[in-house]
Amino acid sequence: MTTIVASARADLLRVRKWSATWVIGAAWLVLMVLFGYVFNYVAYRSGSGSFATEGVVGEALLRSVLPANVPQTITGGTPMFGGALMMVLGAMVASSGYGWGSWKTILTQGPSRVAVAVGSLLSLTAVVAVTVLASVVLALGISTSLALVEGVDVVLPSVADLGQGVGVAFLVLLMWALFGYLLGTVLRGPALAVGLGLVWSLVVENLLRGVGNLLSWVETLTTVLPGTAAGSLVGSLGASGGPEGAPGVLTTLSGTQALVTVLAFAVLLPLLAVLVIRRRDLA
Amino acid sequence: MNELVVQTAGLTKRYGTRLAVDRVDLTVRRGEVYGFLGPNGAGKTTTLRMLLGLIRPTSGAATVLGMPAGSPAVTERVGALVEGPGFMPYLSGRDNLAVLARYRRLPVSVVDGALERVELSGRGGDAFRSYSLGMKQRLGVAAALMGDPELIVLDEPTNGLDPAGMAAMRALVVDLARSGQTVLLSSHLLAEVQEICHRVGVIHDGRLLRESTVADLLGTPRVQVRAEPVEEALAVAMRLAGDDGVQVDGAELLVALPEERSAELVRALVGAGVDVHSVHPRDRSLEDVFFEMTAAGSGRQMSEEKVS
Repeated sequence: MTTIVASARADLLRVRKWSATWVIGAAWLVLMVLFGYVFNYVAYRSGSGSFATEGVVGEALLRSVLPANVPQTITGGTPMFGGALMMVLGAMVASSGYGWGSWKTILTQGPSRVAVAVGSLLSLTAVVAVTVLASVVLALGISTSLALVEGVDVVLPSVADLGQGVGVAFLVLLMWALFGYLLGTVLRGPALAVGLGLVWSLVVENLLRGVGNLLSWVETLTTVLPGTAAGSLVGSLGASGGPEGAPGVLTTLSGTQALVTVLAFAVLLPLLAVLVIRRRDLA
Repeated sequence: MNELVVQTAGLTKRYGTRLAVDRVDLTVRRGEVYGFLGPNGAGKTTTLRMLLGLIRPTSGAATVLGMPAGSPAVTERVGALVEGPGFMPYLSGRDNLAVLARYRRLPVSVVDGALERVELSGRGGDAFRSYSLGMKQRLGVAAALMGDPELIVLDEPTNGLDPAGMAAMRALVVDLARSGQTVLLSSHLLAEVQEICHRVGVIHDGRLLRESTVADLLGTPRVQVRAEPVEEALAVAMRLAGDDGVQVDGAELLVALPEERSAELVRALVGAGVDVHSVHPRDRSLEDVFFEMTAAGSGRQMSEEKVS
């Protein structure tokens, strides 16, 4: 256990001091602010609908940027760009060390391979958790400021709603980060892992859902895919999906089924990564 | 001194049809500097990787510090630099070592000591990617030294170093041995190995050709004599060095005698009426032995480039 903690502390140090981690985290926050607040608020102030807000009345636009909507705002972007960004992070954290030779160095330090791998996964989990917390703080700050500017009552989301939003955002982002970690571990290089991961999360799953309308067995298959599960889990919180809402947010699965699937991925993906790391030759 | 720190039995690694390491039995004793010698591609690094648990042997076994190679209880007592330094390029040298210190559960204070030991203190705060090849190599050695491990495995530690850096590295290795640490050093630089190693293992084409002390490997020193007439000189030299102790090399004789007996040899030759034109010691270098051995081991003469 102590070696796992030591490995997690060590991994956290190298991940914390890596500019890539901060760039990816910042990209997520910027996109969340743009799509969650800037576009909606500008559309509300200018009174004109945009491509994303067409047909949504002004009141709804204003409501979407107020504190009570924070759970939906922080989860709305997770199935699409949030998940993709965390997938990139996971792939880079896992795979860069093969090219640099740093995994080789680390695996001769003493902790077992399992301890090193679990430590690294824990540090990745911590980064995802910090990212979600930063999203909450930022979203609450912006929405409260906007409420004050607009002179409306500051109504915070209930603790249960906020907790649910934080939990869902964390799970979805973590699942994609772990997906990236497994890809990076298997492929041992960031370029291929990131490329294939992005094609999968942004293209393949959407295409399969399209094909699913024609072939029932493909439709059945899509229900157990990570993108569908993540989209449905976020959709179950009431974040708006469909053509007018955030892309990737779905209502394909029930909330419970989506939660079970996402949790299953969050357990299975790191387990596979640890197995691969434990078995492989580092030549 | 005779306690075995590393012992392998029939250690073999096969990649597809290629046999990278073939039934290697090597032993490293406590407190010695063991030179693992062989040309590029001979199987040195593959063997070291098996000793560190980075790769699994196809067959055979390796024991390090009395336990199976690669087990966590072993690796935490071993410091290693294998096949070039592997670090995070964006981290400073100091932070890279701090990461490793955390893995080893050592206080961060060991980092500065390690940097000082390889004369990198002044550049410890710079990003690893900005280091020269030699500095990267020295950082790799610093990482291997952290926590005063019982066994230090250094794979080609002088790669990329300038002559001053190479001399400093040799002094460091000798110093480590003096302080009781065991060093397993792989190299293709024969002079380096001859200078600092107590025992050597010569590996070629995956097979350990010989394992012995450097002195045993080099054999008796020889004196090279140019004297005429050669036949009479040969007879005199044989009286002193024995029938098998003299070798004719063109117009010269190679006499198996230590340098301090050359005066005696000259007196005997002159006393027998032989004209002596030149006498000088000709020690066999490890390089000579190595070429003889690898040529015999592989059944073909190796080109000099292959070991340089």
